Amino acid sequence: MFFRFFAELREARVPASLREYLTLLEGMKAGVIAQDIEEFYFLSRSTLVKDERHIDRFDRVFGRVFKGIDGLEGALAAEIPEEWLRKLAEKILTPEEMAQIRALGGWDKLMETLKQRLEEQKGRHQGGNKWIGTAGTSPFGAHGYNPEGVRIGQDESRHRRAVKVWDKREFKDLDDSVVIGTREIKLALRRLRRFAREGAAEELDLPGTVEGTARNAGWLDLRMVPERHNTVKVLLLLDIGGSMDDHVRLCERLFSAAKTEFKHLEFFYFHNCVYERLWKNARRRHVESTPTWEVLRTYGNDYKLVLVGDASMSPYEIVQPGGSVEHWNEEAGETWMQRILATYPHAAWLNPVPQERWSYLPSIDMIRKLMEGRMFPMTLAGFDGAMRELGH
Amino acid sequence: MRFRGTDSYIATPDLMVAVNAAVALERPLLVKGEPGTGKTILAHEIAKALDRPLIPWHIKSTTKAQQGLYEYDAVARLRDGQLGDARVHDIRNYIRRGKLWDAFTAELAPVLLIDEIDKADIEFPNDLLLELDRMEFHVYETGETVRAAVRPIVLITSNNEKELPDAFLRRCFFHYIRFPDRETMERIVDVHFPNLRNDLVREAMTLFFEIRDVPGLKKKPSTSELLDWIKLLMIDDISPEVLKQRDPAKLIPPLHGALLKNEQDVHLFERLAFLNRRERH
Repeated sequence: MFFRFFAELREARVPASLREYLTLLEGMKAGVIAQDIEEFYFLSRSTLVKDERHIDRFDRVFGRVFKGIDGLEGALAAEIPEEWLRKLAEKILTPEEMAQIRALGGWDKLMETLKQRLEEQKGRHQGGNKWIGTAGTSPFGAHGYNPEGVRIGQDESRHRRAVKVWDKREFKDLDDSVVIGTREIKLALRRLRRFAREGAAEELDLPGTVEGTARNAGWLDLRMVPERHNTVKVLLLLDIGGSMDDHVRLCERLFSAAKTEFKHLEFFYFHNCVYERLWKNARRRHVESTPTWEVLRTYGNDYKLVLVGDASMSPYEIVQPGGSVEHWNEEAGETWMQRILATYPHAAWLNPVPQERWSYLPSIDMIRKLMEGRMFPMTLAGFDGAMRELGH
Repeated sequence: MRFRGTDSYIATPDLMVAVNAAVALERPLLVKGEPGTGKTILAHEIAKALDRPLIPWHIKSTTKAQQGLYEYDAVARLRDGQLGDARVHDIRNYIRRGKLWDAFTAELAPVLLIDEIDKADIEFPNDLLLELDRMEFHVYETGETVRAAVRPIVLITSNNEKELPDAFLRRCFFHYIRFPDRETMERIVDVHFPNLRNDLVREAMTLFFEIRDVPGLKKKPSTSELLDWIKLLMIDDISPEVLKQRDPAKLIPPLHGALLKNEQDVHLFERLAFLNRRERH
C-alpha cells in the first residue's frame, strides 16, 4: 500500500526492513490510529525508524512522498463542514464564547447560518460584515472583532500543524553525519573492547566450583579465575601542525577519549605523512623524536593502528623521497606507509575532512589507496565503520 | 483502552500513538531520550493509566539475560545436600524466578519495564530476542516451558550508551522523547504544581530555557531538574521578582544546585557573571 514510501526510505538509507513495513501495515489494519495523516506519520516513524539519527532523513522522505495529501484532506473536510466546524469550535471556544453563541440564537442557528453563508460565498472575502473571510465584523471568520465570531480557518488547523511536524525537521541535530563529541568517541571506541582473562587468578569461579564440587562427589573444590581485562592494544598516530591545525581540537578530544579507554595505548605524532621519525611531544619534536623503525619493533603486530590526519598535502610528500615540507626524507612517505601497514594488519585512517570533499584532493585519494580503502570520515558513522574494521 | 497520558504525565501525540501501537500489536516499545525526560516514569504512568501491575527490571552492567528468566541456586542446593535437608530432592526449590517469569505468569498482563537496557553487556538484548518475541522460554533444570498466556506490555528504555542490535530493534516500536518545547513544558509544570503562581512559572521557565541555551554546558538541565528546582523555589518562597532581576552580576540563578549538576558548569556560570561584572565597570 505504501510501498513507494518504503522504497524511498530505503533509498534514503533509512534501514527499514520488510518486517517493519509489515508491522506498519498490521498496525494500520488493526486500527491503531485514526485516519489522520499526523497519526500515520507518528505510527510509521515509530515502526520504521529505530534510531533517532535517522529521523531527520525519514522526515524528509515523508514530506516528499506525502506532499499534497494534506490539501486533499482539506477538500474532504469541506464536504462535511458541520462536523468539522463543530469539532473546531469545541476545541477553541471558551465557556464564555459558548454563551455568546447562544446570544446569536443558539448553536444550531449559528451552524445553519454558517452553512448558508458558505454556500452563498464565492471566492475569498476580506473585510465586510456578512461574508466569511478574515478580519471582518461578521460573526464568521478569523481575526474578527465581533465577539460572536467563530474562528474559522486559523493557522491552528490540526492538519496544517501536522505537516510542520516533519517539515520542522527537529531531529536534524541527531543525524549521524554530525561531527562527534568525546562521549560519542568513547562509545564508538567501546566497540574495540575485547575482554579476556589474563594474569593472576583472583576471582571465585562459581560455575567451575560447582562443577568441580559435583565431580568430587560433594567435597567442596574452590576454583579461581583471573579477572577480566580489556586486552585491546592501540597505536595511535596523530597528524599535527600545518593543514591539521583546524582539526587539532578534534584530535585532542579524540586523544583524551582514547586515553581512558585502553590499558595499552601508545600514541605518536607525525606531520602530514609518516616518515622515518615520530614524536611524542609536538613542541619539542626537533629535539625528542623516536625512529619509526624503533616504533615498529617495539609495538607488536597485535596492536591496532589508528591514523588520524586530513591527508591533505602535496602528492610529492607521499611519492617522492625528499618530498617532505619539513626535512629531507631519504625514503618516500609511501614506502613508510607500506612498511607500517605491513606490520599492523589492523589499521584504519580517520579523516576529519568531510567525505564529500575527499575527491577534490589527489593526496587523500592516494592515501586512501595506500590504506586499501580503510579511510573513514570523522563522524559517528565513520567511526563505527573504522572500529568495525579494526575489530575483525 | 487507549493511553492518553495521565493527570500527572503529559504525553505528546506522537508518544500516545507509539504507546497505543505497541499495546495493540503486543510488541515491545523502546524509548530513548535525554536523561531526565521521563522515560522510566512513562512505564509507571502506562501501568497507572491502563490499570495494570508494573514489574520493573533495572539493568546494571553485570545483569545477565538469564537472570530475567530464572536462576538456579546451585550453591544453596549443595549446602542443603551436605546438611541432609529434605528439600534438596526437588530441584524446583532452588529455581529462583526472574522478572520475565513473573511477567509471563501474571494473571492480568502487567507492564514490564526493562530499564536502561544499554547498561548491560552488548550481547544482552540478543539473548532476550526469542523470549520477548515468542514470550516463552524453557527451564532446562525442570524441563518445563514458561509461556505467557497474556502478553505483557514491554517497555524498554535506553540512554544510548551502547547501540542495540538490529535484530532486536526490528522487533520493537521506537520512540525518541524529544526535549519538550516551552508550551509542553508549561503543561508539565502545571500538572506537577497546579497551584503555582503564574508569574513565578513564567520567570522560572524563562530562566530555565536561558540556562539551557548557554553554550558549552556539560550537562543541560532537563525536565526532572526543572521540577526539582521549582519545588525548591516554592519551599524557599522565592518571589518572581528575584528571578526577574536580570542583574548580570547575579547571573547564577538562586538554588542553582538543582539545575547545574556539574562543577564545571557552575564555574562556567561564575566566569560569565565575573565577565559581565567587569564589563559594567
